[in-house]
Amino acid sequence: MEAVLFFLAAIGALGGAIGVVAMRNPFYGVLSLVVHLFSLAVLFLLLTAAFLAAAQVVVYAGAIVVLYVFVAAYVGGDAESAWEPIPGQRFLAPLVGIALFVELAIAVLASSLRALGTDGPDVAAGFGDPAAIGTLLLEKFLIPFEASSILLLLAAVGAVVLASRKRVADDR
Amino acid sequence: MTATSWAWLVLLFPLLGSIVVSLGFRAIPARVAGAIGVLSIGLAFACAIGALLNLLGEDAGARHHASSLWDYASAAGLDIELGIFVDQLSAFMMLVVTGVSTLIHLYSFGYMKSDEGYHRFFSYLNFFVFSMLLLVLAGNFVLLIVGWAFVGFASYALISFWYRRKTATKAGMKAFVINVVGDIGLVLAAFLIFRELGSFDYGVVFAKAPHVFERGEWSVTAICLLLMVGAFAKSAQIPFHTWLPDAMEGPTPVSSLIHAATMVTAGVYLIARTHVLFYLAPTAADIAAFVGLATLLIAGTIAIAMTDLKRAIAYSTMSQIGYMIMGVSIGAYSAGLFHLMTHACFKALLFMAAGSFISAMANIQDIDRMSGFWKAMRFTSVLFVIGGLALAAFPLTSGFFSKDSILSFASTRGGIYEWMSIGGYVGAFLTAIYTFRLIFRVLPGKPCKEAQELIDTGHLYHGPPVNPATGEEEDADVGFPGPTHHIAEQSWPMAVAMAGLGFGALFAGLIQVPGVDNVLFGFLDPAFADSPLSAIEPTVSHEWTGLGIGAVVSVIGIALTWLIWVARPQLPALFRERLRPVYLLCLDKWYFDEAIDLLVTRPALAIGRFANSAFERLVVDGLVSGTADTVRGAGGLVRLVQSGFVRSYALLLLAGFAGLALYFLLSAS
Amino acid sequence: MTAEWYVVLSALLFAVGAMGILLRRSPIVILLCLELMLNAGNLALVAFSRMVGNEQGQIFALVVMVVAACEVVVGLGLIVAIFRRKLPLDVDELRELRG
Repeated sequence: MEAVLFFLAAIGALGGAIGVVAMRNPFYGVLSLVVHLFSLAVLFLLLTAAFLAAAQVVVYAGAIVVLYVFVAAYVGGDAESAWEPIPGQRFLAPLVGIALFVELAIAVLASSLRALGTDGPDVAAGFGDPAAIGTLLLEKFLIPFEASSILLLLAAVGAVVLASRKRVADDR
Repeated sequence: MTATSWAWLVLLFPLLGSIVVSLGFRAIPARVAGAIGVLSIGLAFACAIGALLNLLGEDAGARHHASSLWDYASAAGLDIELGIFVDQLSAFMMLVVTGVSTLIHLYSFGYMKSDEGYHRFFSYLNFFVFSMLLLVLAGNFVLLIVGWAFVGFASYALISFWYRRKTATKAGMKAFVINVVGDIGLVLAAFLIFRELGSFDYGVVFAKAPHVFERGEWSVTAICLLLMVGAFAKSAQIPFHTWLPDAMEGPTPVSSLIHAATMVTAGVYLIARTHVLFYLAPTAADIAAFVGLATLLIAGTIAIAMTDLKRAIAYSTMSQIGYMIMGVSIGAYSAGLFHLMTHACFKALLFMAAGSFISAMANIQDIDRMSGFWKAMRFTSVLFVIGGLALAAFPLTSGFFSKDSILSFASTRGGIYEWMSIGGYVGAFLTAIYTFRLIFRVLPGKPCKEAQELIDTGHLYHGPPVNPATGEEEDADVGFPGPTHHIAEQSWPMAVAMAGLGFGALFAGLIQVPGVDNVLFGFLDPAFADSPLSAIEPTVSHEWTGLGIGAVVSVIGIALTWLIWVARPQLPALFRERLRPVYLLCLDKWYFDEAIDLLVTRPALAIGRFANSAFERLVVDGLVSGTADTVRGAGGLVRLVQSGFVRSYALLLLAGFAGLALYFLLSAS
Repeated sequence: MTAEWYVVLSALLFAVGAMGILLRRSPIVILLCLELMLNAGNLALVAFSRMVGNEQGQIFALVVMVVAACEVVVGLGLIVAIFRRKLPLDVDELRELRG
């Protein structure tokens, strides 16, 4: 059962990823990303990371993708020209990608981390629950938690600055 | 006041005079500037007498003091102080320099009166006296070199004093370049001394040298040879002498001060000061003595053929300094210095008198055009004759006693030095001839037109300003001689100065009459007591024999000259025809200038041209531009990576990461 | 399924995202591909967390999500600013910073 779900989700994730890369229209690319993100949420559930799966759906597929949709609609997207100005890029890019994949796969499969070949330890019932995550966030990982909040603040300020109309009018 | 305090004052006054006159040249009127110049040297002379009295009040063996103002350099084994050394030798030189300088400054006060550069003249002249005093008072080799270089500069500045005259500036440059060659020798010698003995200080060097060096060792011989290069360049000995006749382009007081009495004697002082080293290098000392002898004779022969009054006296200076160099090289230290003193008196006097004659001739220096001045300028003529008698070592003049003191020492030392004594007497014969040739050409006979004008009107002949050597036209503005000329009969400072020197020329020798008194040698000898050569003392009878020979030589020379140039005036022309090659050799100064041009100047210029066109262009420019081009090229190549394309940067990034991962995978397997 | 499957899948997704960055020229699509890579990383983290047996990996993945969110915000703001200045939305055209 688990294997079936895994393969389904894997195919969904992969398909979504290839769709993002291949779609000419960026709007379609965003929709492809949504498929990818949902598949990833399923994979998280399979890995008993319930909270993270929920966060994935709410934050990523919910907020971030909405942002993308807004901007893609605002900006639009022209078809990209077929001519490649950088010599060799069209040829080298897949090569580098494949090389990366092969190397990473070999690194994983041939590594001496024995835990990778197992199913993992038996975990308690509340593994990956919001309570467990919350406790960790507020106890052991308090500083990263606070740091992330500051980062979010900075990002918000940055976005306001970047997109403010008045500044654009002054620059003109 | 100690002797060294007096010595510091001696140094201070000329320096102050030079600075005051040079800085205040706009504010101070000309006569006041001249007075300041004369006064500062006069005060220096008074302080020198103070130092002498101080020294005389001490024991003969204790008359040497060092004093320093401050540490000049004290690092890495160097320990150089701004220090002076006052002993009998430096006190003697101080007195000679300041004494003669005072009189020459007084002479210049009158002689340069109408010159536009009056202030500059006195400033330079005072600076020269300061430099010369620094040279003789220096207590270590570094300060000696400083004084040496300053003196060279002052000489250059004063030779090209009439700077708009091309011949003068060329002569100044020639003098300076040859002096610098000497400086190189001196500096290298100082380096070697420091390397071998570890100090520049006179006290340390001369105390250690006999213990460090073997007699005749190559290192001390090298040091002395290099010192000789410096001494010969400064004292115009062969082969470094070609600058001295050209230096006559300077005003006459300059010729008399620098190129007769003081600067050219610096070489003699140097050898006397470093006598300890020269005793340890007998080969070098002998070479120096022979060079002195050669110069003595060659310069004497050239002087017989010269027609320019000042140049003839210049060659005479060269010849007399040959005597002095010969003297201090063979060990007759006090005798050589005695001759230095008397020579300063009578040579300066001769130049002063020559200056007076040249003024009367409206700056013409050619003796072919001078005659009959005995009737026109009696005072100058008398003093000219006095100077000439002293130069020719006529019996009982100062030159008589001083020259023979050297020659009798030489013959007492014996062996090869006997030949030097004989050569010296031949030289004395030549000296008598060329000196009285000048006297018998200029003084007797029918007055020339300039002299006639002086006799008739009492005013000087006024000709258009011309360059006496080339005849080209000049004006009387700054950079050229002034419009009016001054002769001793009409200018009291000139007359007083000449009278003072005349007195010295006649009577200065009486302080050292063999067997009668021993004032000078008694004072100077203890300074050279550390040299075994000073133990050689001619006996009184030997000295008087020498004096007798010298008297005979001198009188015969004068008589012969009278015969040739006065009694039988057709003889000189006859000699010139019959002995034409010899005459031309002497007239063309033994072709030294041509030889130096061929051997030194032309190769140097050729090397310079080659260096400029080939070496500079290919190697230096090639290296420098080549490096720049290489760097630029490399930069250009590297710049190609910065294409501006984000995607290519990303590609490079990921490809690099892939490569790194590959490396780690491979190394882990 | 053992962890290897998940991690290899994550490597594959990462490579796909990398290829997308190298091949696409629209800034929006490049940012999307960047999201792919980040998510691949998240997947690997969660897989490792399950294998180790504590939730620390999941916390890590949560923080990565926060960072991704901030980065998207700023990136999209940049794209909006570029669009407003009427510059071409093509990464190859925006190459002022060249040597």
